[in-house]
Amino acid sequence: MMEEKQQETQIPSGVSVNQDRQTLNIEREDICIETRGLNLYYGEDQALKNVDLRIPRNRVTAFIGPSGCGKSTLLRCFNRMNDLIDICSIEGEILIDGQDIHHRNVDVAEHRRRVGMVFQKPNPFPKSIFENVAYGLRLQGVNDRRKLSEVVENALRSAALWDEVKDRLDDNAFGLSGGQQQRLVIARAIAIEPEVILLDEPCSALDPISTAKVEELIIQLKDRYTIVIVTHNMQQAARVSDFTAYMYMGEMVEFDDTARLFTNPRRKATEDYITGRYG
Amino acid sequence: MKFREWFKSGDPWIWLIGGALSISVIMVVGLLLLIAVRGFAHFWPAELVETTVSAVDGSETVILGEQVESETLPAHRVRESGQLIDEETLVVTRHLFKVGNRDLTGRDFVWHLEPALGEWHYPEDAMMVERREWGNFYGYPLRLEENGQIVAEGENLWDELQARIERANELHARIQQIERYEIGRINSQLEEIRLEERGLDHRGVTGAEREAAMADLDARRSVLEEQYEELRAQRNDLQEQNERDVLHARTANGQKVAIKVGDIVMASKNNALSLAGKAGFYWHRITDFLTGYPREANTEGGIFPAIFGTVVMVLIMSVLVTPFGVLAAIYLREYARQGPILRMIRVSVYNLAGVPSIVFGVFGLGFFVYMLGGSIDELFFPERLPAPTFGTPGLFWASLTLALLTLPVVIVSTEEGLARIPRTVREGSLALGATKWETLWKVVVPLSAPAMMTGLILAVARAAGEVAPLMLVGVVKLAPSLPVDGEFPYVHLERKIMHLGFHIYDVGFQSPNVEAARPLVYATALTLVALILILNLSAIAIRNRLREKYRSESD
Repeated sequence: MMEEKQQETQIPSGVSVNQDRQTLNIEREDICIETRGLNLYYGEDQALKNVDLRIPRNRVTAFIGPSGCGKSTLLRCFNRMNDLIDICSIEGEILIDGQDIHHRNVDVAEHRRRVGMVFQKPNPFPKSIFENVAYGLRLQGVNDRRKLSEVVENALRSAALWDEVKDRLDDNAFGLSGGQQQRLVIARAIAIEPEVILLDEPCSALDPISTAKVEELIIQLKDRYTIVIVTHNMQQAARVSDFTAYMYMGEMVEFDDTARLFTNPRRKATEDYITGRYG
Repeated sequence: MKFREWFKSGDPWIWLIGGALSISVIMVVGLLLLIAVRGFAHFWPAELVETTVSAVDGSETVILGEQVESETLPAHRVRESGQLIDEETLVVTRHLFKVGNRDLTGRDFVWHLEPALGEWHYPEDAMMVERREWGNFYGYPLRLEENGQIVAEGENLWDELQARIERANELHARIQQIERYEIGRINSQLEEIRLEERGLDHRGVTGAEREAAMADLDARRSVLEEQYEELRAQRNDLQEQNERDVLHARTANGQKVAIKVGDIVMASKNNALSLAGKAGFYWHRITDFLTGYPREANTEGGIFPAIFGTVVMVLIMSVLVTPFGVLAAIYLREYARQGPILRMIRVSVYNLAGVPSIVFGVFGLGFFVYMLGGSIDELFFPERLPAPTFGTPGLFWASLTLALLTLPVVIVSTEEGLARIPRTVREGSLALGATKWETLWKVVVPLSAPAMMTGLILAVARAAGEVAPLMLVGVVKLAPSLPVDGEFPYVHLERKIMHLGFHIYDVGFQSPNVEAARPLVYATALTLVALILILNLSAIAIRNRLREKYRSESD
């Protein structure tokens, strides 16, 4: 469907890409998440069309694309959040570490512990800061106060929030600012040591300073976790991600190393989108 | 043109809305003011008026009492009723006096026409005596006697009288204590022994085992009977002491009367009271009203049992309705498959709120009291039959009926609260590996707690004011004992209770002494309104604290 571009040209996309960094090749990466022929329907409407994708381990992968292109839907497939929607049906396979996540032996709650998720709007629980971070552990039956304190501190440090909240761990989490709440939510996800962290437009409700902090955090976290981020902001994708996928109308249009995708897209549609000629 | 513009500007609608609001507010405030003024005024010590009344035959009598109200009548109507009025007079004023002394004259409220009355005096020495029986006495004190010997007369009479009334009240309280609680306890233990004896018959115990059991029961019984005799002697002794002092007084007409000091609740010379004295008297009477037990077919004394009964019933109702309502709402909203059946159930629940409350009363009587209660009696209290325990209206059935009545309110509010919880919060919990139940229990339910409280507030407001169904399922005119006391099991769910709403109805419409009861109706109504207000305000305070806690997410 999509036309291959005939000649290679430098695209003045206006998106600044870190040119010093070494270009990565997906073929040489260790694959963490893989989808094969993934189709997803909301009732009659098809939201994902035959998506084949390989997401490398310990890298940041960004999904970009216009609103309604299915990037959040795809993200929510990875921790089976779409199970909550009655009319949603899925065809094809999603493998994480080579294991089919829809296999009937897979316990959904257990699976979601391995694949953490952070949402667009900060959604702390109506509990103290401490209890918010300890929530996942308490679900697993950990109630030893010393163990909890240790994990909570580590998680908050990893989320670069510790210094700001260490004196008021017992205060209600709603007292934090939006950016702090979002980092708290990330800490909450980290606390249960997932393999993968899914970020669904994590900065869209934040101011620029908070956004910068969260982006910095994402880059720090990729050593330990496989991170998948959905974003509307192409600059953000360029800043934080190693690989970028461009989606349009439920289809995976192009998936490549971030620098290459932004400077030298292989498809015309991608080029139109990143240069702002979309639509 | 001008008018059209004015009309288009929306001003008329704003005036209409504002007017509607003002009328509603004025009506509510007016209602509350009426109740408050009439209710509070009742306890203020009235001036004691003395005046002469000339009868048709020319004879004169002196009356002493409180002027309660006045009204103006057209003269011809008075003439038709046989009174002599000048031909020129068009209107006549008549006054209602509370003259008390029901034991002497037979009626304590009398109307007198203004033209028949002499000059009005307010004698300093006139006193009002509130008695335990026969209502108030109005007259003048003469002397105080102890066992027939004069102990006080003239100057020091009043102080001595007050001291002795205080002593008599203390004795009375002790007698009440013995009669109400100590003898009551022995009676209930005796009843228990009787039931155990019947239980033996019931189980068919015979022979040596029965002999032994009977011997044990007899021994316990004789101990109790001894205690009972002791208490009775004690009580009679106190009673005798209480009859020691006698106040001699005369009525305004000069009739001599002897009043036992033991029968006096309080005595006061209203006309001689200073403002501070009146305030003290006022306070005293209000506390008596709120903490005392009713006397004289509820037309005198306090309403404490009714307040207590109302509060206990509403609390038990809340305890019953909250779990049922909340669980039902959670199931309807979170687990049930949305479809036509669910919609039907929901509509039925909502419509339950519109069923007249007396229907719930009938249902409560038929199903709860007779069927459930009857079965409970057969299963657990067979030795008490045919006297019913739970098979008769009582506190528990009243609370349960009200719980059923208010269930829809709690379900609807809880459902709305659950629906308002943002999806993101649920997803946040699920994404951490929580199951649906864990998410509900740890996140969603705490967040919708304010909505549940709203439901409970509405339920309490409705339940506390409900009267009709209660008349069928457990509320009575006069309950012999409170539903909570020191007897095991402390809360007696099977007992009948008194209730403020029913008390208003009873005092206002079933009372033999309408004039005496009317101010009590207002005072009781005021108490009921205040009680509902207090219950609601405390529930609202709790809800606001919860809201504050979960602020940003529930908005």
